[in-house]
Amino acid sequence: MAKKASSAAAQDTRRDNDDIGEEKRLELYRTQVVLREAEQRAFDLFLQNLVKGTSHLSLGQEAVAAGFACAMKKGDLSFCTYRGHAHTLARGVPVEKVLGELMQRDNGLMRGKGGSMHLTSEEHGVMGSYAIIGAHLPIACGAAWRAQYKGDKDVSVCFFGDGTTNIGAFHEALNFAAVWKLPVVFVCENNLYMEYTAIADVTAVKHPAADRASAYGLDRIIIDGNDADAVYRAAMAAFAKARAGGGPSLIECMTYRHSGHSRADPAKYRPDGELEKWKERDPIKVYRERLRQFGISDAAVEEIDTDVRRIVDEATEVCKAAPMPPLDILTIDVYADGGCAWRN
Amino acid sequence: MPEMTYRDAVARGIAQEMRRDNDVVFLGEDVAGAGGVFKATVGLLDEFGPKRVRDTPISEQAILGAAMGAAMTGLKPIAEIMFSDFLAVCFDYIANEFPKSRYMSNGQTKCPLVVRTGNGAGSRFGAQHSQSVENWCMMIPGLKVVAPSTPADVVGLLAAAVRDPDPVIFFEHKSLYATKGEVPDGEIVDTLGTAKIVRPGKDATILALALMVPRALAAADKLKSEHGIDAEVIDVRSLVPLDTQTILGSVAKTHRLFTVEENPRLCGWGAEIVSIAADEAFYDLDGPAVRITTPHIPLPAADILEDIVLPTPDRIAEKVARALGG
Amino acid sequence: MDILMPQLGETVAEGKITKWFKAAGDAVKPGDNLFEIETDKVSMEVPATASGVLSEIRVQAGEVALVGAVVAIVGDKGGASASGAASAPSSPAQNAAPAQAKAPAKAAPAPAAAAPQNFVAQPQRQAAQPFDIFNEVRTPLGNYGPARLANGVQITPLARRLAKEAGVDPAQLRGSGPHGRIVAKDVTTGARARPSTQQTLATGASASQVKALFPDTPFTEVPLDGMRRTIATRLIAAKQSVPHFYLTMDLDLTALLAAREMINAAAPKGADGKPGYKVSINDFVIKAFAAALKRVPTANAVWAEDRILRFEQVDIGIAVALEDGLITPVLRKADSKPLAVIATDMHDLAARAREKKLKPAEYQGGAAAISNLGMYGVREFSAIINPPHATILAVGAARRAPVERADGGVKFVSQMSVTLSCDHRVIDGALGAELLAAFKNFIEQPVTMLV
Repeated sequence: MAKKASSAAAQDTRRDNDDIGEEKRLELYRTQVVLREAEQRAFDLFLQNLVKGTSHLSLGQEAVAAGFACAMKKGDLSFCTYRGHAHTLARGVPVEKVLGELMQRDNGLMRGKGGSMHLTSEEHGVMGSYAIIGAHLPIACGAAWRAQYKGDKDVSVCFFGDGTTNIGAFHEALNFAAVWKLPVVFVCENNLYMEYTAIADVTAVKHPAADRASAYGLDRIIIDGNDADAVYRAAMAAFAKARAGGGPSLIECMTYRHSGHSRADPAKYRPDGELEKWKERDPIKVYRERLRQFGISDAAVEEIDTDVRRIVDEATEVCKAAPMPPLDILTIDVYADGGCAWRN
Repeated sequence: MPEMTYRDAVARGIAQEMRRDNDVVFLGEDVAGAGGVFKATVGLLDEFGPKRVRDTPISEQAILGAAMGAAMTGLKPIAEIMFSDFLAVCFDYIANEFPKSRYMSNGQTKCPLVVRTGNGAGSRFGAQHSQSVENWCMMIPGLKVVAPSTPADVVGLLAAAVRDPDPVIFFEHKSLYATKGEVPDGEIVDTLGTAKIVRPGKDATILALALMVPRALAAADKLKSEHGIDAEVIDVRSLVPLDTQTILGSVAKTHRLFTVEENPRLCGWGAEIVSIAADEAFYDLDGPAVRITTPHIPLPAADILEDIVLPTPDRIAEKVARALGG
Repeated sequence: MDILMPQLGETVAEGKITKWFKAAGDAVKPGDNLFEIETDKVSMEVPATASGVLSEIRVQAGEVALVGAVVAIVGDKGGASASGAASAPSSPAQNAAPAQAKAPAKAAPAPAAAAPQNFVAQPQRQAAQPFDIFNEVRTPLGNYGPARLANGVQITPLARRLAKEAGVDPAQLRGSGPHGRIVAKDVTTGARARPSTQQTLATGASASQVKALFPDTPFTEVPLDGMRRTIATRLIAAKQSVPHFYLTMDLDLTALLAAREMINAAAPKGADGKPGYKVSINDFVIKAFAAALKRVPTANAVWAEDRILRFEQVDIGIAVALEDGLITPVLRKADSKPLAVIATDMHDLAARAREKKLKPAEYQGGAAAISNLGMYGVREFSAIINPPHATILAVGAARRAPVERADGGVKFVSQMSVTLSCDHRVIDGALGAELLAAFKNFIEQPVTMLV
């Protein structure tokens, strides 16, 4: 991983050979800052008891969500886990819609009916966040099947954590996608820990996703998940393959979550110094440096920071003022007729 | 009217819907080339080709997950789970994913799919390939649950299930595949959530599902000839939505309620119906409601053992006669 | 701003502060650890989320606070508190209130903190959805008495309902079901149990208690027959459970008596020379009451425990006195019958009632009844409603009474007083008055009944 990362960085400094370009780089940066600020705000609101229930933050993992989302086109579909705030926001879902759902307000994405673990915004291609480990890998296959069946070029992108690699649905989905040559990209965010246990302690191979790829005839791909450029390039390559009918890809992104598994987890199980070491490679810090290397001014960066903070502040105020959901939505949308009647 | 087997009615129903709508696709283990392990899907691959009729690996989670992903994004998949016992290995989709996505997403996510599955005893397959598990699905808000007893109902209810915008679990009874019945020519589309009075009567209401319907009818004949009891037999057909109007209307007429259930006793579908009747139709009841079920044990394999545990016409008639006697 | 005790897990209700990293008066900025907390599940540091000065620590190290309680205040540089003086740790529910209060009033959802029973009161947005999730199964509201009677006999739910609807005392029935259980057909066939001397009516003093009041007075003991017992139980129940109110009016009979004379004089005579019919005042009363119920159809209704049943056709029960009791045969479709038919039908019903030859169907049903004691000279009285009827009209005797003339003089006219008893659950005062006024109009202008 370190080797790949450093060679990518060496390429990046050659501005005359920049395959990403300034506009996309600013988009990648801005996206990461939105995720960081919004999730940091979610944590603050949780401390103020305004965010209820559980929530799983991606602080430290923003480069994965931003890199993939910025490589996706309209029509491409995201399938996320319960740690899905970042992937949802990265597809352009307004911050207030996500914070509103976390604060269980009527302005939330699902008006409080889904909650933090089930963010869904089909109009943005976010086809749901799935809280049962592994459930969405086969579902992403099905969406990819639809694209294949219809001859569309859409790609389904399925994000999951390292812990997912040891559940049956992971293996069923990889085989299924491979044998049907489905346009689906499986993205493992390996942040080293499942919930409280290190993935290495319970897995037979070193790289829980990539080392299983060969079993399904797929390439072994491991990338620096804290470098948005590396993520973006890997995403573009996998998408091109999928759109060309080349079938699925499995990409293992090495990254690290700065906070615990969920809001109730202070993450005391991590060895001393590990967090600090990873914070040195904080994706936003890495990317600020990258922008500087490409001659983008600090002023432009600060303008983005300020603008994003304003957006998050405004979204926070909107959500605080938003009403709680009306009780009558309880009975709506159990069935397609809009209601919940099971008898006549 | 032409006769047809329950087995052929399955293929006919699927074909009817696939001809009508190109978005209807069909996947499952051994369903295409082999025509299904129960030969219920013979001919579909030939007519519709490998793009629409697809064999899958033995991956029940992948089958149901893929069906859901396709349904969410615009197709109308029919997925086969070979034996209903196997719903247990992909139950996450049945219990957590299909039925809750629409609600959790505040109406954004749709899930118009059908899961067909071979249900029920009579084939001497033992405890893991013979169960009646329709009650596993009945208890989950967001699902619809159907179990036909005749070839005509197979075609009509399957068509209704495919056209329904909600996830439908469609239980085919393995011991009915070889039975024959009249099926009208032409397109057949039935209505989910409707029970059928298959034998009118005035002295007792007997509810039955799938294989238990012909047995309840046989019991009713016996009750009439041996005891002079005129029983009304209702094929419940659809557990969700549940046609309580037909059921409670019959109870209001006969004042006695019996259920004939193949599932083991505890929490069988009849328990819910009896509970509704005990509440809503309490003052229509002129005696206890009686459930006749398979005992609460795993199903044995040996024929002599399996035969004795399922409700039989004799057992049904005896229970009803005793309950109605002085 | 208020620094709250965070919720450290779904099931954690309180947390203990083990350490403060800052002291009152210290400046803090976002990310600075403020304090460390410990619950039965975890311990963690809680950072500040805003800049300012830690102006007040309300929960000291070593103390426990409920989730949501204010543990400290971070103010602006001057140290102003955001929340005034509230100091006691508040419950999470109380703490949720300020957030609620900020919601715009126009949104008007019930607060999320509302108790579950308030859900039911929420108007359903989808008017087309009769399905009510909190009443998925529609439990009948009525009660039809106990499953085991005082005499130990069991009775099925259906039999209980039928007995109550028919006004039959289940204790009088003999059960033909298993273990002697009373089933529906025992009620419908009216099978009567042998009256038992042990059986007493549910209310009142016992026979021995009553006899004790008459130690020196000779008396004859009359055993209760079924009818007496039924009258007793039903009228006790009616008087106790039906909220009665009473409306009285005086009616001018001048036009009615003239019409009656003309009608009877015109009756065709049979071969024996007897007239084909003879219309009584009571027949006019039936006809007029039926016409009034037709005119005021909301009063032609009965109480049915959890609903009201309204009828198109007008069936009226007519109390008929018997030697040893009374019975109320029902004249069906009285609104559509000519007076002559009413007269003939009533003659037949009353005759068969006295011979106790009525079928149950002939004395069941009806939404209203008439009791006429005028022939005994009773001027006016109030009758007890006989359920399921919602009204009973008590009719007094015709009399000559002085009334003021238009010119201020006095004249005598034929008058009659009637009192309408109403079941207030079905008929409110104004509706009862409307019904009675309609009746009065028909009686005083009988020709309008022809319309």
